[in-house]
Amino acid sequence: MKKFEAFRSRIVPLPINNVDTDQIIPARFLKTTSMEGLADQLFFDWRYQEDGSPKPDFILNQDRVKGASVLLAGDNFGCGSSREHAPWALTQFGFRAVISTSFADIFKQNSLKNALLPVVVTPEVQASLFAAVEADPAAEVAVDLAAQTLALPGGGSVEFRVDPFSRHCLLEGIDELGYILQQEAAIGAYEARRPHSIDTLAQVS
Amino acid sequence: MSRTIIEKLWDSHVVYEQAGAPSLIFIDLHLVHEVTSPQAFQGLRDRGLRVRRPDLTFATADHSIPTHDRSLPILDPIARKQLEALEANCREFGVPCEGIHGPRQGIVHVIGPELGLTQPGMTVVCGDSHTATHGAFGALAFGIGTSEVMHVLASQCLLQRKSKTYEVRVDGVLKPGVTAKDIILALISRIGVGGGTGHVFEYRGSAIRALSMEERMTVCNMSIEGGARAGLVAPDDATFQYLAGRPYAPTGAAWDAAVAQWKQLPTDEGAAFDKSIAIDADALEPMITYGTNPGQGVPITQPVPDPSSIGDPMERESVEKALRYMGLEGGKPLLGRPVDVVFIGSCTNSRISDLRAAAAVLKGRKVSPNVRVMVVPGSQAVKRQAYDEGLPEVFRAAGCEWREPGCSMCIAMNGDQLAPGQYGVSTSNRNFEGRQGKGGRTFLASPLTAAATAIAGHVADVRKLQ
Ligand code: SF4
Repeated sequence: MKKFEAFRSRIVPLPINNVDTDQIIPARFLKTTSMEGLADQLFFDWRYQEDGSPKPDFILNQDRVKGASVLLAGDNFGCGSSREHAPWALTQFGFRAVISTSFADIFKQNSLKNALLPVVVTPEVQASLFAAVEADPAAEVAVDLAAQTLALPGGGSVEFRVDPFSRHCLLEGIDELGYILQQEAAIGAYEARRPHSIDTLAQVS
Repeated sequence: MSRTIIEKLWDSHVVYEQAGAPSLIFIDLHLVHEVTSPQAFQGLRDRGLRVRRPDLTFATADHSIPTHDRSLPILDPIARKQLEALEANCREFGVPCEGIHGPRQGIVHVIGPELGLTQPGMTVVCGDSHTATHGAFGALAFGIGTSEVMHVLASQCLLQRKSKTYEVRVDGVLKPGVTAKDIILALISRIGVGGGTGHVFEYRGSAIRALSMEERMTVCNMSIEGGARAGLVAPDDATFQYLAGRPYAPTGAAWDAAVAQWKQLPTDEGAAFDKSIAIDADALEPMITYGTNPGQGVPITQPVPDPSSIGDPMERESVEKALRYMGLEGGKPLLGRPVDVVFIGSCTNSRISDLRAAAAVLKGRKVSPNVRVMVVPGSQAVKRQAYDEGLPEVFRAAGCEWREPGCSMCIAMNGDQLAPGQYGVSTSNRNFEGRQGKGGRTFLASPLTAAATAIAGHVADVRKLQ
């Protein structure tokens, strides 16, 4: 995994609460066995007309957000299914951070494993950011994970919190599985003292 | 110190803890399906890893599997490839798998319990957000993403942060026509789809105790729809009775020892929860959703909310957007609204008791000629049991389609779906835009409401059925 560097970006506003993962990537695209090629399927049903042409009023189809890598969302972003295809599609499209007042638990964990930063802000900051992009579509934020700060368009910045372990993994580009496998001794010791439970390999009637 | 069952489950599964890092916890049962596992198996292959505990892992095909006659070929080449990949991956890594033609195939959250794989005191995970279903047994069960599927395959462990505890107390007695589904829809309509974020629910109280195991599964199933990754019910005699004699349940002395252990699990007297809500079972009515998330639900006799009466602007916009998508007007009732499709199935309501409840309503009646009714059993075992009881004949005589087990129109990956603009009453768990087919409009409800609606041809109250 690449190290997560600080960056500046324009903002893609999506002022909708409870955006669920079926909207982020509809289930019919989950028949793939690969994790590539999902950028075109991001927000598919909001993004494209019946005939496959882009819906001009949907934000991702507007020129002003080209190249932007920060999504500004309503409350409780990413609710619904556990599909990791959601953060895969978002990052493949080019997003590196999502700003909201809250994230669904599974989506948040999936995002942190894919270098997509969930930035939790207060409702006031969220509202001020929506107002700022409305007033100036070229408004930018700066995301600094090391400092855990979000620099706001009008000057000034706010802090956000990411749990120390995920932050460390992101900043250093560490894969969590490597850390888990290092705990082999503890896992083996647990297995040795754990009572026997099921055996799915057993022949049962 | 007094502990909740949630804390007991957590404490007994901690493998390793280090300051500044989440805890490493052990997973007792890992369920696998075709949609969220191929990239995880590929990850193992790329890293030269094997499956650490195939004996604690079990796979089945459910999400993209067709529900037509299984002797026919699978027409969708991408779905076929995904289903074949599951079987090939399981063969390569030594994981037991109930594939397309498996005699025990079914929706992952239906077969785990019915095979006795799911047991009290366990940690259970699956790359699927409805894994909380298994919480009905007093297990800590939750959904994970594909990276975590790979972590568990490789290590049988997960990095987790301890969740907060949330008591959902339901006391009283359900009125006729009101079901477990209505309890959970009522809860979610009160706390909202994000209300339980960061928490695990413990469902308690006399109304929960009175539920059968299958009804408890219906309640726990939709915990995620209230934002909680897991939800559970402490085990009791109903749990033990359900489990006794199941294929993977312990037997003999091991059974007695297990039951003695399981009896230690319930929340101690005086244990504190981080949050609490009380629901009066006597006051509940059949519930139905009107919107595009499961929290947008009302008692079936009530009108859908009028957005102009909502103060918060973003919330008002959300309801307006939902009603626009649903083609509904605020302030009007859903009762009497014509529907095109009724779907009885999904990991929420496809077990034998759900089919019996629907069949009892449909028996000797005909479904409306304007409605397509799909009945999809949750597993091969449910299907066999239904045949033993003559239920398929009841459904067919009423004019319903009786199909093969799978997720089917719950997620509409396999061709079972709503057409754009169509209305459906569904016993599944999600009414998100397009969830049951692009442009389709879903009303979530219980099997009783679904069956009554099928007969009437419009949203109907089962209590008023002639
Ligand atoms: S029935 Fe629906 S909710 Fe349940 S596992 Fe299948 S797709 Fe998921």
